[in-house]
Amino acid sequence: MQIYLPIAEVSVNLFVLLGLGAIIGMLSGMFGVGGGFLITPMLFFLGIPPAVAVATGANQIVASSISAVLAHLKRKTVDLRMGLVLLMGGLIGSGFGVYIFNILRDLGQVDLLVRLCYVVFLGVIGALMFVESLRALRNSRRGSPPKRRQHVWVHGLPFKVRFRASGLYISAIPPMMVGFAVGILAAIMGVGGGFIMVPAMIYLLGMPTKVVIGTSLFQIIFVTAFTTLLHATTSMTVDLVLALALIIGGVIGAQLGTVIGMRLKAEQLRILLAMLVLAVCGKIALELLLQPAEIYTLAAGGH
Amino acid sequence: MRLLAALLLLAAPALAQDEEVVLGLSQDQVAITADFDGSDILIFGAIKRETPIPDGPPIEVLITVAGPSVPLTVRRKERRFGIWVNTDAVDIDSAPSFYAIATSAPWSQTISDVEDLRHRVSIRRAIRSVGAPMTVQDSQSFAAAVIRIRTEEGLYQLAEDTVEVSQQTLFDTSIAMPANLTEGAYRTRILLTRGGRVISQRETVIDVRKVGIERWLFNLSREQPLAYGLLSVALAIAAGWGASTAFRMIRS
Repeated sequence: MQIYLPIAEVSVNLFVLLGLGAIIGMLSGMFGVGGGFLITPMLFFLGIPPAVAVATGANQIVASSISAVLAHLKRKTVDLRMGLVLLMGGLIGSGFGVYIFNILRDLGQVDLLVRLCYVVFLGVIGALMFVESLRALRNSRRGSPPKRRQHVWVHGLPFKVRFRASGLYISAIPPMMVGFAVGILAAIMGVGGGFIMVPAMIYLLGMPTKVVIGTSLFQIIFVTAFTTLLHATTSMTVDLVLALALIIGGVIGAQLGTVIGMRLKAEQLRILLAMLVLAVCGKIALELLLQPAEIYTLAAGGH
Repeated sequence: MRLLAALLLLAAPALAQDEEVVLGLSQDQVAITADFDGSDILIFGAIKRETPIPDGPPIEVLITVAGPSVPLTVRRKERRFGIWVNTDAVDIDSAPSFYAIATSAPWSQTISDVEDLRHRVSIRRAIRSVGAPMTVQDSQSFAAAVIRIRTEEGLYQLAEDTVEVSQQTLFDTSIAMPANLTEGAYRTRILLTRGGRVISQRETVIDVRKVGIERWLFNLSREQPLAYGLLSVALAIAAGWGASTAFRMIRS
């Protein structure tokens, strides 16, 4: 069944959109990532104009994250206090990121920058996670407990806060910085930033994996809602019909994903996420390296 | 001899008036609804004459449907430092968002190059490009890329030999409009030619419009972007919360 999207001005199959939403929602619930780094390239592939894909992707992530966070809240796997600290940094960062984005757009080549960002960040994070979780998996098989990382410099900073759900007593400055950095990247790459946030929380802040997912999703809700509003008012590229189709698939997928995520071990979850991140990174890298079938592209409006 | 030539010249405009187009459309409006999946428009008509059918080459019919023209930027990728990046860009001053041509015979038999230039009938003549920056050597290939990309998307069509002409009087054809249409007034032209010369033409407009919920959403997003944005976020929140509640109820 075809459905015409009023803002994108293309007609696509409704069931393809529902299915795509369900897959992204499932990943969102399982891994605590918004899925923006997957949904945006997928929508390009369906022939949705890039600007619409980025803006509408953000809107769909709001819904799937809420659905997943509610499931996590029931299991008490959200560190609300940590989430709020991250969010404060995140909102400042994303405002700053939009500013950088606009400067780069005026200089041209923003498209290339976004792709390079994807390749570099997905590649580095994916590789690190993959290696680390393989080692953890091997250790847990042998029976020796994984060593908890200790950050000595972190303990010397002021504004210490007790993050009860994470079992941490650290300064508020490192999480704030993480939020800020992720916010900048999120705005430039047009995603929620979960795939950067999750490893940052595990490896930089030393939070337990189970809490990381819910907390990451919690702050993604606010960052993507903010992004949606920015896109709707500035570029006017949020397609509500497209968003709704993705959302309906997404919320169902998110619930399923949370259940699946609960059944898997933390190390297995991380290794799956790492493989997924690497696969997307590889695809984007190939697009940059191989000669495209069509070397010309059309964009509306002259300079 | 000179007198004869002058007479022929005088007679030429009169001859052109002898055959006129009477036009009909199966629909003069295309409504883009939520389940819009493209549309076929039937264009038909008759050739009205006061005099008997002239001798010489048979009458040919060209039908063009053009969507609204907008400026475009065409970019070309080149390999730099091992990766493919956009390098040259050429602005196209105006290119129709949709352009379909149907003819009653192979292209070369229906219209001469001079007449094509004058009436801007062929796809490449419908695209207007004033000039490229000095750094770009082969600006024609950019216009060619527009035609190639849009032809692949079904937005530009040249359908030769698809206008049915019976007894040099009645004609009809069908134009397939794809699902990825943009809104606007689609200028529709019928040209009658004999021996490559245009002897009569007629124009009408097909109105392509979003209707119903599509119309409402589009207007809201343009006129009240903040309200539209808030509505999008609110719907997302409601959907997320609703699904979560529904699942909890199913499980318990």
